[in-house]
Amino acid sequence: MIEHHLPILLIAIPLMAAPCCVLIHSRRLTQLLALVVCWLCFGISVWLMTKVMYEGAVTYNLGGWEAPYGIVYVVDYLSAFVMLFVSALAAIVLTYAPTSVQAEIPEPKQYLFYATYLLCLTGLLGICITGDLFNVFVFLEISSLSTYAMISLGKTRRAPLAAFQYLIMGTIGATFILIGIGLLYQMTGTLNMADMAQKLEAVRAVDGETWVGSRTMLVAFAFMTVGLSIKMAVFPLHSWLPNAYTYAPSVVTCFIAATATKVSVYVFLRVVYEIFTPTFAFSILPLDTALMAFSLIGIFVASLAAIYQTNIKRLLAYSSIAQIGYMLLGISMANTAGLTAGIVHMFNHALIKGGLFMVVGCLILRIGSAKLEDLQGAGKTMPWTSFAWVLGGLGLIGVPLTAGFVSKWLLLTAAVDSQHWWVATLMLLSSLLALVYVWRVVETLYFAEPSEQAASAKEAPPLMLITTYVVVGASIVFGIWTEFSAGVALETAQQLLGVTQ
Amino acid sequence: MSNDLWQLAITTEQFKGLYNYWIVIFLMMTGFFIVISRKNMIKTVIGLNIFQTSVFLLYITMGKVNNGTAPILGPEDAHHDDHSHDKSHDAEHAAHPFLNQISEQTPAQNVSVGNEPTAPLEVLAEAGNSGLIYSNPLPSVLMLTAIVVGIATTALALALIVRIREDYGTIEEDEILILDRES
Repeated sequence: MIEHHLPILLIAIPLMAAPCCVLIHSRRLTQLLALVVCWLCFGISVWLMTKVMYEGAVTYNLGGWEAPYGIVYVVDYLSAFVMLFVSALAAIVLTYAPTSVQAEIPEPKQYLFYATYLLCLTGLLGICITGDLFNVFVFLEISSLSTYAMISLGKTRRAPLAAFQYLIMGTIGATFILIGIGLLYQMTGTLNMADMAQKLEAVRAVDGETWVGSRTMLVAFAFMTVGLSIKMAVFPLHSWLPNAYTYAPSVVTCFIAATATKVSVYVFLRVVYEIFTPTFAFSILPLDTALMAFSLIGIFVASLAAIYQTNIKRLLAYSSIAQIGYMLLGISMANTAGLTAGIVHMFNHALIKGGLFMVVGCLILRIGSAKLEDLQGAGKTMPWTSFAWVLGGLGLIGVPLTAGFVSKWLLLTAAVDSQHWWVATLMLLSSLLALVYVWRVVETLYFAEPSEQAASAKEAPPLMLITTYVVVGASIVFGIWTEFSAGVALETAQQLLGVTQ
Repeated sequence: MSNDLWQLAITTEQFKGLYNYWIVIFLMMTGFFIVISRKNMIKTVIGLNIFQTSVFLLYITMGKVNNGTAPILGPEDAHHDDHSHDKSHDAEHAAHPFLNQISEQTPAQNVSVGNEPTAPLEVLAEAGNSGLIYSNPLPSVLMLTAIVVGIATTALALALIVRIREDYGTIEEDEILILDRES
């Protein structure tokens, strides 16, 4: 009985728990409640994933209304996969959080942090599970608004400023998406994604083989792409990301860096591949070329910028922009191999970047600063934390036996297979840049004279270390055991391309 | 009348028929311009609000059916019942509510604005038992949600501005930039 309702419970539980946190008000109790809820969501996601793997897609009609009229929740390979790693990281990061939250967020505000954290999780999971386009917008705004609020909890006065700038950019993006959805609704009279895709197909069929397209569809496509690009932080629209990641509290950075942009990539995949179809986006319109160009420029510009950063959080933020480039590079190839690589990289990067930001959280907790000059020599006083950086960093570069290698290898073979030689070359070159910025931090941690703060620092608390190692360790496990991640990604890619071709 | 004149008449009618959409575009561009050009944070938020309002108008416009009333099942004696339009005719042009007049006046029966195909009929206009024509309620309902989201965004933005003002003593972005550079 309850099994049948699990898709809605995945959203309802965190959504209901958030106001409960505000009502409970006590720091310890809210912390416990949030923790239980996050692990519960993870459990439901695992259950949904196995169900999808063995029995196929799960659909749930809200309120018992049939699909095109009511809102429907759809769990297929892609959404189950994204929900799985989003809820997993949410749960692990929250287990890791208490000490860091205690140090960085004033005590009277902590219960609000846990409430917004749960709201953000609701939004992110909701985006993945829903099969209704307007619902996507609503959940997108739930997650974005809670993210703005969480960023503004940062200690410095720049945190509210970063949150405000993100809010402006994010709202413009969301409004663009809303306009796109409106125009699509005007075209098709439906908001259900599957139904919409079918009706748009019919529009195309009317106009015959050489499809000139309706102007409304073109405009809708343009608005959606630009809006989602802002949310994904694709290169020329990335300006909100470095400040937001740098000035947010460490725990918040861990969570949003690992999940938020990936979920936007998920929406992008759904919209481009399922609603507009690759034929429209890539053959009739040159989105593939544009996306490839922007992601390559983004990879280089952001990696170069990362090399010159003196703040370790900002360094990782720029690296995130570069990594988004890799995901979109795979997606822009529009073939099964490239798409698989892009999807695997969503998962792998969530682990790697989540792990690295958790390391940074440990360093900040003990040293009290994110500046590289203050972190000098921390390798001697905080050996375990520093070693976790090395492991995660290897994944970021893409060294064999790490998760980063798997996705880069898949991306490389996809590029070579589809004759994009220059893309393959540029990818290899860009990995060298990643080596440089990861090495800069390694050098600072291990081979520099200890700074005052680093010399007096002690090892991070065990719970934080264990959770950090779970995530970093997972990035190595999934580098060796690729059956699950690459297998599911391949299945997803075939599904996305198979439906439409 | 010559063909050219008909063409001209159609064009002007199309222009007038799209009146709401012109307003939408005007508001959208005004709001967007304010957001990107103003350095004062309050003005930025105002711009953002204008920008969002234009989207509300866009949705509500597309949901309006000519001579359609609010989709409430009224008592049988509702006084709107019989207009000269028959039900299927109105439904056909539901996506372009302002074009119904044109198509009555011009020889081309299916004048359509832009390249938009007409939206599915049954969803957009449905008549009740009394022969009433209803506007499509869904876009208005969607906009209720969007308005709530807009209010939440504005509230959060204003709250952030209060904190920024407490910390920096100013809400001009260029002045804050200078303050940040100095510190």
